[in-house]
Amino acid sequence: MLRKIWNFYYEGFRNLSADGRKLWFIILIKLFIMFAVLKVFFFPDILKEKFHSDRERIQYVEQNLLPGNQ
Amino acid sequence: MNATHWATVDWSRAQFALTALYHWIFVPLTLGLSFILAIMETIYYKTGDEKWLRIEKFWMKLFGINFAIGVATGIILEFEFGTNWSNYSWFVGDIFGAPLAIEGIMAFFLESTFVAIMFFGWNKVSRKVHLWATWLTAIGTNLSALWILVANGWMQNPVGMHFNPDTMRNEMLSFANVLFNPVSVNKFVHTVFSAYTFSALFVVAVSAWYLLKKRHREQAKYSILVASAFGLLSIIGTIVTGDGSAKQVARYQPMKLAAMEGLQRGSRGAPLIAIGTPNVRKGGLLKSMADDLKGKDQLDVHIKGFEIPYGLSILAFNDPHAFVPGVKDLVYGNDKEGIPSYKERIRSGKIAINALAAYKKAKKAGNNDEAAKQLELFKAHFKDFGYGYFDENHPEALVPPVTISFFSFHTMVILGTWFLILFVWLYYALFKRKLETNKTLLRLAVISFPLGFIAQELGWVVAEAGRQPWVIQDLMPAQVAVSHIESSGVIITFFLFFVVFTALLIAEIKIMTGAIRKGFDH
Repeated sequence: MLRKIWNFYYEGFRNLSADGRKLWFIILIKLFIMFAVLKVFFFPDILKEKFHSDRERIQYVEQNLLPGNQ
Repeated sequence: MNATHWATVDWSRAQFALTALYHWIFVPLTLGLSFILAIMETIYYKTGDEKWLRIEKFWMKLFGINFAIGVATGIILEFEFGTNWSNYSWFVGDIFGAPLAIEGIMAFFLESTFVAIMFFGWNKVSRKVHLWATWLTAIGTNLSALWILVANGWMQNPVGMHFNPDTMRNEMLSFANVLFNPVSVNKFVHTVFSAYTFSALFVVAVSAWYLLKKRHREQAKYSILVASAFGLLSIIGTIVTGDGSAKQVARYQPMKLAAMEGLQRGSRGAPLIAIGTPNVRKGGLLKSMADDLKGKDQLDVHIKGFEIPYGLSILAFNDPHAFVPGVKDLVYGNDKEGIPSYKERIRSGKIAINALAAYKKAKKAGNNDEAAKQLELFKAHFKDFGYGYFDENHPEALVPPVTISFFSFHTMVILGTWFLILFVWLYYALFKRKLETNKTLLRLAVISFPLGFIAQELGWVVAEAGRQPWVIQDLMPAQVAVSHIESSGVIITFFLFFVVFTALLIAEIKIMTGAIRKGFDH
């Protein structure tokens, strides 16, 4: 079954037309830019990376949401 | 709030708008074209006529190009939530998590499996299995849109949750209430119908171009036959659900409706402005528009034009004598109609914020009685929580850009009306066998595709600009939702996105036009 699925995708990609290859090239470049460049270097998940526990995250959000009340 | 933070807020807003509008270039074509393909393949399956197979394969190729270029562009919006909108991301809690997780899983399994069978499965699976795969691709892509629009609908009308003051996040109480939120349901149906209309316009435009060039005449006519029927039903659905959207906006976001109509003072039996223009304020048109973007002087924007008596009251409440509040009724209040002023709501919001802070302090100090008292006070005023972040001496800061909302809404409606006329006209011409000789109609069909694109984008401008300054209606304004980060980083990524998305768009247009030039037989 798994082999059949593998062959299905393998044959499909192997017989791609020139336009199909061009599209897959664009998809791969796009995904590389998005995940390996933009996500890694420009889009840190601030709450995940700056803080190590939910308690710290709650405190940070509290400071931002309740300014002057802390 | 200092100027540095406002720069981050404005650039984060601009970046989100840019990425959402670019993302929405690709999505509607995928949503609608997938169903057009399913219909065409069903005809092929039923008739066994090879010409339908050629037609199906041609449109499938164009679908594939759009799908490939557009796939995963929406993930960028999720990157932005984590970086630019961290306060918001935390505050929404699991409300967003559930629908987006379902979307991710469904998109991956449904689309990657069935799209693969659609493209690789010719001659490898039976015609019946292939037809199923095409229908399931259409259903899968549309279900993906459902979860995103459920999340968006919740932001416009937050329901089915409660705010946990200890974790500072909203927690889902009822998944059914979130899923069947009336705003989300209507938003989903309206959005997908409009996407179907746009896709039908695409098929009609390409086919009309072939007829003008006297190429692939038979395939083009059959494509128009399917697309104009699909488009006609879709635009009727768009108009009906658009009416539903207006009623939802009147009920849950009255300021957005007032901005969409440029209504400064409300009235009973309020007229609907069919076509109109705003007054140009001091400094000329360009300054007026710049002020609009900055949200300045919105109480001075007045729209004059052709009015339909009682139209707005009927549109909003199905009652010609219903009261429709204007911008000033909402900002300054209207005792006669029982509308509280924004000043009152700002005071109420400040009570909520102070009570939450006092609750936290009391809890930390172990004063449980005081904590319980403050919690009750907080709960009583939570519905106005977001208003507390505004200055009660400047309640006009809560007014969205009126000119932009008015023009976006009215242009969208005018274009929608034109699409209805176009699809009826196309169908009539096909029925009378005069389509090929009617060059005017064919040219109009070609130029209607970019008009459809404009209508699509304007729909989002109405929905999102009209609800400013709220990220979550009444609970969280943009300036609170945005992370405390340097604006320079957001500016850099704004232009990076602009370059990447523009390159993708150019690639799409180039590959798509190349495939169209090659035609059906390639």
